[in-house]
Amino acid sequence: MTTYDVESGDQVHPGQPVTVDRYTAGARLNHWITAISLVLLALSGLALFTPSLYFLTGLFGGGQWTRTIHPWIGVVLFVSFFGLFVRFWRANLWKAEDGTWMARLRDVIGGHEENLPEVGKYNAGQKVVFWAMSILILVLIVSGFAIWDQYFAQYTTIDQKRWAVLIHAMAAVTIICVWIVHVYAAIWVRGTIGAMTKGQVTGGWAWRHHRKWLRELVSKK
Amino acid sequence: MANFEFVLPPAPTKDIKVGLGDGDLVKRSASTVSPPAKALTPVAKLIDVSKCIGCKACEVACLEWNDKRTPVGVNVGSYDFPPDLTPDMFTVMKFTEWVNPETKNLEWLIRKDGCMHCEDPGCLKACPAPGAIVQYSNGIVDFDHDKCIGCGYCVKGCPFNIPRISEVDHKAYKCTLCSDRVAVGQGPACAHACPTHAIVFGTKDEMKKHADDRIKDLKSRGFANAGLYDPPGVGGTHVMYVLHHADQPQIYANLPKDPRISPIVELWKGMTKYAGLAAMGAFAVIGLVHHVVTGANRVSPEDEANAEKLTGDRR
Ligand code: HEM
Ligand code: SF4
Ligand code: SF4
Ligand code: SF4
Repeated sequence: MTTYDVESGDQVHPGQPVTVDRYTAGARLNHWITAISLVLLALSGLALFTPSLYFLTGLFGGGQWTRTIHPWIGVVLFVSFFGLFVRFWRANLWKAEDGTWMARLRDVIGGHEENLPEVGKYNAGQKVVFWAMSILILVLIVSGFAIWDQYFAQYTTIDQKRWAVLIHAMAAVTIICVWIVHVYAAIWVRGTIGAMTKGQVTGGWAWRHHRKWLRELVSKK
Repeated sequence: MANFEFVLPPAPTKDIKVGLGDGDLVKRSASTVSPPAKALTPVAKLIDVSKCIGCKACEVACLEWNDKRTPVGVNVGSYDFPPDLTPDMFTVMKFTEWVNPETKNLEWLIRKDGCMHCEDPGCLKACPAPGAIVQYSNGIVDFDHDKCIGCGYCVKGCPFNIPRISEVDHKAYKCTLCSDRVAVGQGPACAHACPTHAIVFGTKDEMKKHADDRIKDLKSRGFANAGLYDPPGVGGTHVMYVLHHADQPQIYANLPKDPRISPIVELWKGMTKYAGLAAMGAFAVIGLVHHVVTGANRVSPEDEANAEKLTGDRR
């Protein structure tokens, strides 16, 4: 059996219940820096996106501060997400079972795991979130630099800036929707959040949602 | 012999005496305003390009009135100085040497560049900060620096490339049409300074009438395409030009032929906002409804037992 999606640090601890190490302390820290940056970016960006949310500038010390700080948080997000990308990209490569999983989205939404194929460390939904985040963050940083006029005004024409701000706003809306899906899934599928807080999940959780990954871990021992 | 009679600008009218205040706003960035009870008479500045001698007195008057100074520069072999608008220079003369293909004459076209005070201002449409850009019922578009956040969206919204962001205080600057002078019944500083009366100021109707006279005069001198520049794409402007070649405004240092707010900006400030808010709201609501309908996806005791069996086998 190939162990393509076992990441370093993943480990099974037999017992009652079985516990499985899913994320190292480094991965978790990396994740939370990314998560906090993304939330701050969404809040500061949405403040400028629509007048009805302009009051959010109050969180950042007013409009001037919001405008100043947003792109810098963007840089933090980019660097931090790059760390996650390096850690997670292999386990997020598309596999044969992912197509089947996607085709049975009805069962996914209904919570009927028994009808789904066994999947590795990530299911197709998580992979879609991962790749969507990767692409959107790239789009956001490129379009973001094109409208970061405080330092880079002279590198783009006004027409390019118009396209950039339109694309930036659309990509921002999309990544916020993806983020809602990501957070919702973590809440709905109970036992998931522990993976990013304690770094561990129970064996039952791994059996139910990522059986192939669990089997690989067990056979590795 | 053509008619050389001096056509003087109309005397400032009592009509335009106003005290500009919050009650006179017809548009306010990132806000909705109810129309003022009593609208002011629309005003306009008319710039007769055919009368301009390029003396730059208006630039100096503008710097003086607005208490701005620009650093001494270097001659780059052109009269264009500074070469473009800056956060401190709200108006700059743009010099073009143009050979008229019909007459083979060299014509020196001198256009006073600056904010056009659009009836439908793209800068105001783009601005995300409530009240940072306002339009008074007399047509003047003004920036309120206390509310400006320096994002540069107005630069993207403007079809004339006018606003400039200061690197000192990170706020947007442009010609105010001397709103502070107009508010007390005075004309703009630049109009006062102009020695040839190429710049005149009054109600928009008066200015159109005055322009008609000027255009007639120019036509009688052989400028068959003389005309008024009051572009309808932005709803008309409160700064208008008399051009000797109104059929080709581009020759005047790229004055746009048919300016309008870019469709990209319309899409960004229109559909994207509605669709975006609807999409984000929909995702959140779908999540909530889904949770209520299906309930939490919990790990069952059998799942745990299966995991124990799997790991136990290996022990
Ligand atoms: C990745 C690096 C990023 C950079 C360099 C960046 C840069 C910028 C800049 C320069 C602006 C214009 C306002 C300002 O000057 O502050 C802006 C606006 C905005 N940003 Fe970002 N940003 C980034 C990431 C993000 C992310 C991840 C989100 C969403 C979660 C986001 C959401 C927004 C929104 C909604 C706006 C307002 C757009 C509008 O007014 O329509 N940005 N960004
Ligand atoms: S720079 Fe100032 S005036 Fe221009 S759009 Fe931003 S907040 Fe409005
Ligand atoms: S010319 Fe530009 S800055 Fe002036 S009112 Fe029109 S859109 Fe605004
Ligand atoms: S109207 Fe006033 S602010 Fe505008 S260019 Fe003339 S002098 Fe300057």
